[in-house]
Amino acid sequence: MARMKFLCDAERCIECNACVTACKNEHEVPWGINRRRVVTLSDGKPGERSISVACMHCSDAPCMAVCPVDCFYQTSDGIVLHSKDLCIGCGYCFFACPFGAPQYPQSGNFGSRGKMDKCTFCAGGPEEDNSAEEFQKYGRNRIAEGKLPICAEMCATKALLAGDGDIVSNIYRERVVGRGFGSGAWGWGRAYPGGASN
Amino acid sequence: MSLHNSLARLFVCVLIAISIFSYSSIAHSQTVRPPDSAVNQSVEEETTGASNTLGNNSQSDYWRNLRGGVQGTVSIPDKNAGVMVQSEGWEWMLFRNGPLKTYGWYALAAMVGSLVLFFLFRGQIKVESGMSGEKILRFSKMARFGHWLNASAFVVLALTGLNMLYGRDILIPLIGLEGFSTVTVVGKFAHNWGAFAFILGIVWIFLSFVAKNFVSKEDFVWVIKAGGMLKKGVHPPAKFFNFGEKVVFWSAIIGGVGVIVTGLALLFPYQLEFIPGELAVHKMQFASIWHSIIGLGLIVVIIGHIYIGTIGMEGSLSSMTTGYVDRNWAKEHHSLWLEELDKKSKSGDTTTKPAE
Repeated sequence: MARMKFLCDAERCIECNACVTACKNEHEVPWGINRRRVVTLSDGKPGERSISVACMHCSDAPCMAVCPVDCFYQTSDGIVLHSKDLCIGCGYCFFACPFGAPQYPQSGNFGSRGKMDKCTFCAGGPEEDNSAEEFQKYGRNRIAEGKLPICAEMCATKALLAGDGDIVSNIYRERVVGRGFGSGAWGWGRAYPGGASN
Repeated sequence: MSLHNSLARLFVCVLIAISIFSYSSIAHSQTVRPPDSAVNQSVEEETTGASNTLGNNSQSDYWRNLRGGVQGTVSIPDKNAGVMVQSEGWEWMLFRNGPLKTYGWYALAAMVGSLVLFFLFRGQIKVESGMSGEKILRFSKMARFGHWLNASAFVVLALTGLNMLYGRDILIPLIGLEGFSTVTVVGKFAHNWGAFAFILGIVWIFLSFVAKNFVSKEDFVWVIKAGGMLKKGVHPPAKFFNFGEKVVFWSAIIGGVGVIVTGLALLFPYQLEFIPGELAVHKMQFASIWHSIIGLGLIVVIIGHIYIGTIGMEGSLSSMTTGYVDRNWAKEHHSLWLEELDKKSKSGDTTTKPAE
């Protein structure tokens, strides 16, 4: 069985935020909730890089480990999903998630955050596939339709890849090989400080 | 020795010689690295992770630092989202699911276990001279109201709080996911709103009892004699409150303030920013961990308090229900207080003063 993964190629991401917009549009995500965001490092400086981030669908997901009501589950594809019917909006998954994936519709007074919302890898939730309830709570279930996540599907530079981890890493490996090696290799600057950087 | 054997030996020697030679040539080739074709870049570019014309950016430290919480920029309003990885979340999870859960459980079990053992070996602490039948007012209506306000809020908060930490392990197997979710969401709101009753209760009991809770010289004797709890017939003198009661009082006040401060920070996470931490989420992690630690500590102390106030000691519960205690109970457990009361009533001051 395929293990679903996201990979964002920082050499290709141009911070167009189209993945963010496409995600919001596809799932009709409410205002204020960002299932996906683009983080830009060293903005405006040499070496600027952007990465699109959402739920990483961790195999050892801390949100699953910490949820007091055990509302998370992992599909056989490795996608981390949750039940909004069980979620109590306590915010623990937001404390635990290293990537800031869990989102809440309210700002948090009196613990009334509302039900947690996050990237579903376009795989919906526990409701019946492509049902109206599923769409209303979790957005579209593209996986059930045989499609991959919309953010990666429409990425103009193909920076964001999503799908079977083996295929994704093969594509990335081919790119890395095509880009060259030697002083361009990962960690060269670390191994030979003061020499050629990078 | 056959010719075959000596040939074999020669072969091994040649192999060793070749390997030594080839090793030194590798070492030699390493000294000429990096290759002449390598592009030298400035130090500044190295720290910012600039790429060369091939478009690769392989500064391993640049990416490794992301793990340490380097803040980038985002175009969405929440600028905190610029931190791509907050590894503190992982540590928070490990602490909560690990030591907090384990040692919290040990502490609760140790308290309950030692009380069971104490009850089995020592039994209930009786009023040894028997009940006199003469009632003395110990706690006024106001004091009792404050106590029970605080107590009922605390029981709700303690049970719903324990449910958040241990319910998943204990209750889900019993009542299922849906049932447990319903219980916990009700518990969450009870916890959030019960907090305000608890805050009022803490202020109330502080004002009611603080004057009688400062440590005095009798307390040292009380501690040395273990409060007379271990042996029958031992009754160290005590004023209105003995040292054990003072410990409970100050635990409730200090621990209460601790859970109130951290709890308010969790109730109003983006409004009250007095908790240390760089990002809002760090403040919430810090507050939630200390809220749990202090809360568990309070529960452990209060279990002891409930024990000694109910089945642990004869004649003590009525002081908080009706407000009255038996004269002999007062003589055995609070001799100095009783003497003071008697002195006052002899000197004509008939108004016996209970705790406010």
